[in-house]
Amino acid sequence: MPFKILKKQELVPTIHLMEINAPRIAKKAQPGQFVILRINENGERIPLTIADFDRKKGTITTIFMVVGKTTMQLSALKAGDNISDFIGPLGNPAHIENEGTVLLVGGGVGVAPIFPQARAFREAGNKVISIIGARSANLLLWEDRMREVSDELYITTDDGTKGHHGFVTDIVKKIIESGEKVSRIVAIGPPVMMRSVAGVTRPFNVKTIVSLNSIMVDGTGMCGACRVLVGNETKFACVDGPEFDAHLVDFTLLMNRLAMYQPEEKVSLEKYKCGREGCTC
Amino acid sequence: MHMLGRQKMLEQDPGIRRKNFNEVALGYTEEQAIEEAKRCLQCKKPKCMEGCPVEVKIPEFINHVANGDFDSAVRTIKSNNALPAICGRVCPQETQCEELCVLGKKGESVATGRLERFVADYERKKGVEVPEKPEPTGKKVAVVGSGPAGLTAAADLARMGHSVTIFEALHAAGGVLIYGIPEFRLPKEIVRAEVEYVKKLGVAVLLDSVIGKIETVDELLCEFDAVFLGTGAGLPMFLNIDGENLNGVYSANEFLTRVNLMKSYKFPEYDTPIRRGKHVVVVGGGNVAMDSARCALRLGADEVTIVYRRGEEEMPARAEEIEHAKEEGIIFRLLTNPIRVIGDGKNWVTHIECINMHLCEPDESGRCKPAPTPGTEHKIETDVVVIAVGTSPNPLVPRTTKGLDITKHGTIIAKDDGATTKKGVYAGGDAVTGAATVISAMGAGKTAARAIDEYLKGK
Ligand SMILES: Cc1cc2nc3c(=O)[nH]c(=O)nc-3n(C[C@H](O)[C@H](O)[C@H](O)COP(=O)(O)OP(=O)(O)OC[C@H]3O[C@@H](n4cnc5c(N)ncnc54)[C@H](O)[C@@H]3O)c2cc1C
Ligand SMILES: Cc1cc2nc3c(=O)[nH]c(=O)nc-3n(C[C@H](O)[C@H](O)[C@H](O)COP(=O)(O)OP(=O)(O)OC[C@H]3O[C@@H](n4cnc5c(N)ncnc54)[C@H](O)[C@@H]3O)c2cc1C
Ligand code: SF4
Ligand code: SF4
Ligand code: FES
Repeated sequence: MPFKILKKQELVPTIHLMEINAPRIAKKAQPGQFVILRINENGERIPLTIADFDRKKGTITTIFMVVGKTTMQLSALKAGDNISDFIGPLGNPAHIENEGTVLLVGGGVGVAPIFPQARAFREAGNKVISIIGARSANLLLWEDRMREVSDELYITTDDGTKGHHGFVTDIVKKIIESGEKVSRIVAIGPPVMMRSVAGVTRPFNVKTIVSLNSIMVDGTGMCGACRVLVGNETKFACVDGPEFDAHLVDFTLLMNRLAMYQPEEKVSLEKYKCGREGCTC
Repeated sequence: MHMLGRQKMLEQDPGIRRKNFNEVALGYTEEQAIEEAKRCLQCKKPKCMEGCPVEVKIPEFINHVANGDFDSAVRTIKSNNALPAICGRVCPQETQCEELCVLGKKGESVATGRLERFVADYERKKGVEVPEKPEPTGKKVAVVGSGPAGLTAAADLARMGHSVTIFEALHAAGGVLIYGIPEFRLPKEIVRAEVEYVKKLGVAVLLDSVIGKIETVDELLCEFDAVFLGTGAGLPMFLNIDGENLNGVYSANEFLTRVNLMKSYKFPEYDTPIRRGKHVVVVGGGNVAMDSARCALRLGADEVTIVYRRGEEEMPARAEEIEHAKEEGIIFRLLTNPIRVIGDGKNWVTHIECINMHLCEPDESGRCKPAPTPGTEHKIETDVVVIAVGTSPNPLVPRTTKGLDITKHGTIIAKDDGATTKKGVYAGGDAVTGAATVISAMGAGKTAARAIDEYLKGK
């Protein structure tokens, strides 16, 4: 059952938007959930967070960064192309209620999954403060969309080309120290970023939620590839998460497990590049 | 003139097959099949049939084979069993149909499974015949899960004239047959062909559909007149010992899914990677452990060791699988139990620490309870560990279905006919019994199909 790509666009270098026709998933999708896709018969199953959904149009939007073979292959597809499999919505929806003020932190491609949450928290009546960060100004994602759904928006870049020169954690700390009563922080981005946010908020005891991007296969609780340690208990990120209490997550284990297939990922990417660029290996 | 011994089936030589994923058993030739079929006594009260949960008319189909009328043999089998090529390969015949065969008392029982396999393979090569479609009843049934239970229920319901749709979470149909049992025991081409047959009976198969997420059972009941749950027992258990989250430690489900469903044995032609260990340790003593060990060997391991806490007598795996594993050079460390997994400080597994066990008085299952022998702790060097100590049903459906009761083990509560505690919802297979066999799951699918038919008539 092929799924059609309706829109495909490079938003910033290496980060792409892809809108897929998937009415049955769009009907059910909630912020915080993800999909698993497989490009073709030989493809692997990779998870991507739902960055937006349109129930009327029956579409799901994902935003992905090119990091290896599958995401590179995906980036080469165009509107009108099909992918074999698109499965979801998986994982638990984000916990969204009117609690007062929430702080949303998105790093790099993590801005995409933060967006539907920001919108939902806003619609639920919260004051939404957002911080989005990137390595450099030209890699900053969805500033306009985030501004639309935030009461306050802060921008950070590692190299100072836009907004605050430094990391998202600097602003997180400033906001908490300013006495702003934040009931919840949701941080999505690279594991190092999520770990730093957890480190900053722990002493203040502010509820902090992160979305874990462990390696997955089925996404339904069947394989255990995605296991993470939370509060010293083994959890399956796909069915028990993907969101967890940041203060209880063992980030070192997460990062170690993400490195599990590094040699194979390299082989796969090289082979793919060779095939496309016509070398003779 | 009934020889005591059965026809031998050709197999790939162990020294060759341990390096490839091709099928181990090669099947009967026509001559062998006819010879074997002639051994059957055509009993008036065939004991063999009592051992077959899907009621294959064993003497009748065997008689056709003996007469060389393979087409009639196919029709006879398929009137009760939609998946004969699968059953002929993976049914534990020695404890089903063949155990009860009268010939087994003096010599070897008739090789019913091998004959069934022969007949099914004959038909696949020749082109599959589809029976005529019955008058539609206008009733709609949803089947959740496309394992042997779901496929059998769907096939039978379709043949009764109901409109059937299967919802399957994965991107391929077949359940354990496609993601668990390896290519060299059950070629995936055969599973696909039997699924195609079920589709030809009029069954629609919707893949990539996780029930409980994309739709709930309660929502299905708005659209369908009844629901059958054949969701299996796919949740892997771990040992809950230190070091189980180290890199290189797999659940058997993950290991086998990567190898079989995702074809990682063909990496990088297929994208999904698998860690190819040099010394692989598999923990467990069932079919799943044997399959994992034999896959690890074929992925290129120098040494594969099965660690099992009881003795060989107590191993739940089929005798034939244990035999095949031994022939291929798999090492068995019996009465041995892991106590922790040890890593290299960078989260990679390097050793598994075990303790010797001894058997004491039998437990409630009638097997001897193993107990650790203090002071016998020892380490085994390893770079890939596969944990194959059992599975339990996935809670996704029960958690999202109002009024569907489960036991404390997570299995769905169902009567003998498959009726659950929720009206219009039936269940069968591993989801109800816990991990069992292909044929028992098929038997449950068949029984539930009858009960659903009755229920729909009264609706
Ligand atoms: C719940 C969840 C949501 C995610 N959402 C997004 C998203 O919205 N946008 C985005 O760009 N990325 C997201 N990711 C990460 C994304 O799945 C990986 O980047 C992708 O699988 C990489 O595949 P590849 O073949 O291109 O790279 P590879 O060469 O295979 O790997 C590169 C990196 O991706 C990780 N990775 C590889 N395979 C998997 C896998 N099957 N599952 C998870 N990680 C893997 C590796 O650890 C490695 O760090 C998400 C991951 C999870 C678990
Ligand atoms: C490695 C291995 C080897 C085995 N070897 C043998 C053997 O040689 N002989 C033998 O007789 N038995 C064997 N078994 C056992 C046998 O395979 C099972 O008992 C049998 O497959 C159970 O059938 P089932 O239909 O109940 O479930 P399954 O085969 O488990 O199928 C369940 C299906 O339901 C799907 N599903 C689950 N939840 C959902 C959901 N929420 N929505 C949609 N779909 C869902 C799953 O993806 C799966 O496809 C083996 C098992 C394993 C794991
Ligand atoms: S289906 Fe299985 S149990 Fe029944 S006759 Fe065939 S091999 Fe024997
Ligand atoms: S019990 Fe054995 S000999 Fe008798 S009919 Fe069945 S297969 Fe033939
Ligand atoms: S991805 Fe398989 S259990 Fe989570």
